[in-house]
Amino acid sequence: MGDHSHGDPNTSGTVATAGQGQVEKFQDPGLPPHRPRLADKDPRAEKRAERQVAILFAVSIIGTLLFFVGYFAIRLDESTAISTLRLQNMLLGLGTAFAMLGIGVGIVHWAKTLMPDHEVAEERHEVRPEEDRQVAEKMIGQILDESGIKRRPLIRNTLLGAGVLAILPAIGIFRDLSKNINPDVLRHTMWDEGVRLARDPEGTPIRAADVTIGSAFHVIPEGLNDLHEGKLNEKAKAVVLLMRLNPEDLQVSPGREDWNYNGIVAYSKICTHVGCPVALYEQQTHHLLCPCHQSTFDLTQECKVIFGPAAHPLPQLPITVDSEGYLVARSDFQSPVGPSFWERG
Amino acid sequence: MKALSQRRRHPLAAIALLLLGLLVTGGLYAVAGTVNEAKAQTTTYSAQDVEEGEKLFVANCATCHGIGAVGAPEGAHGNQAGPSLVGVGAAAVDFQVGTGRMPMQMNGPQAQVKPVQFNDEQTRQLSAYVASLGAGPAVPSEEVLDASQGDPAKGGELFRVNCAMCHNAAAAGGALTRGKFAPGLDGVSEKHIYEAMVTGPQNMPVFNDANVTPEGKRDIIAFLKSIETEGSPGGAELGSLGPVAEGLFIWTAGLGIIIGFTIWLTQRSS
Repeated sequence: MGDHSHGDPNTSGTVATAGQGQVEKFQDPGLPPHRPRLADKDPRAEKRAERQVAILFAVSIIGTLLFFVGYFAIRLDESTAISTLRLQNMLLGLGTAFAMLGIGVGIVHWAKTLMPDHEVAEERHEVRPEEDRQVAEKMIGQILDESGIKRRPLIRNTLLGAGVLAILPAIGIFRDLSKNINPDVLRHTMWDEGVRLARDPEGTPIRAADVTIGSAFHVIPEGLNDLHEGKLNEKAKAVVLLMRLNPEDLQVSPGREDWNYNGIVAYSKICTHVGCPVALYEQQTHHLLCPCHQSTFDLTQECKVIFGPAAHPLPQLPITVDSEGYLVARSDFQSPVGPSFWERG
Repeated sequence: MKALSQRRRHPLAAIALLLLGLLVTGGLYAVAGTVNEAKAQTTTYSAQDVEEGEKLFVANCATCHGIGAVGAPEGAHGNQAGPSLVGVGAAAVDFQVGTGRMPMQMNGPQAQVKPVQFNDEQTRQLSAYVASLGAGPAVPSEEVLDASQGDPAKGGELFRVNCAMCHNAAAAGGALTRGKFAPGLDGVSEKHIYEAMVTGPQNMPVFNDANVTPEGKRDIIAFLKSIETEGSPGGAELGSLGPVAEGLFIWTAGLGIIIGFTIWLTQRSS
């Protein structure tokens, strides 16, 4: 506290000056005066609050009943319409929400309006820093003393050794995470020489004549639907998008001259960024767009990345036709499909 | 005069009617029965339709598509005002004109839906003219458009494989590159859905009848119509746009409710 100027020109300014020789002490202002609530003064308000709390609890009861109506009265089977399912979802959700909110809001309202609201101050216990510190020090000293770690170096050293060694298995386990995967699994797919290209999901083979200019076929290897084990894993690696454009629009690099058939090209559908299916084909711009992170591949430039975070072009599947006119693969993909991995090189 | 014309009927009228009926049914069967690309059914259009269509075409479309619909000459950067329409078929015209996309109002990333500029009869005549220029997909028959005969579950599978990546799993539409977008399919008529699949308008790929069979297309239409009428099982769809719309909702409405509760909890009762 200090003495403030009162506008006297001799002691002008707003800087507070320290009190001279006055020992100031912060005065406990005490609790503010108690203010009675409406329900404390007016019996009618009290009755009203009581009713409100009861209504809120009743809302909770109705909510629970709604839940049970939704749970037991609506039976779901094969022929259930989506509107029935939606009604059930709504009854379950709103029922639970009202059941919980009714109780919670009711209790809070009860406590705020009707329960005694006199203020209570709890005294803070006295702070004794030096004394507390000494007690803690004594306890630690006692622990060290009783465990005898200072007196028994054999135990201490073996414990240290065990502690250091115990960490080593973790290193081995985490190292295995990368080493135990055979990278060949990532390099090879179901495609092989002579495997026919088939429609997803039917699995019927595709004739070259069926693929008209501007078409996009979603393709799986023939025989995928017959797999009983690991079908989804195989499909996730082998899905292909088949498109046809004018052969003169294609810029074919040396070594890939016979990978397309009359302008029909097949590319892996798995994005080389994080593996989303790239299937947004624009038939006029010949762009392939990945919906996850907007990586864009140019089909005319052998699916070179022209925008976005993908690092590699989409792998091309070399195709040709068999004697019956069906499209078949010439070989597996020449580069690994999907996102980069450590051993990809 | 009126009474006279009502009674006057040529003795061969019944035979002519029978022949006409046979021709129409035969034509429809031919459209529905072709496995690969349905060929333009020029026979169902009269020579007068073609003639009227050509007049409409010259007056409204030839500025961009050229006289005879051979397409405008290519510009300096390979741009073309309007492509050749030879061989696009009646279905393409019926879709582009019937949804108001053509005639195009202004240049842009893609032609937008707007109020239809031609009535049904004029659209039919334009289709007749373009179909007469070269074989292409025909306007689909009623049979393949009847959603009640389709299997929505099978259609849903086909939709998720072939369409959902651009049009969104709930058919709400989605963004493509450089301002282009795949439109939402809510409220699009059965005929226009079918024609879009067959012709591949603008940047949409073509799904010919060898890729998705006419029955498969009908199943897809049945699926789209069923999600249109049934709605979403989860209640409010928020545009079916996924985490952006849902996140915005919960961050504003959800947090708003929580803030409201905390204020109420710490307030003294009056």
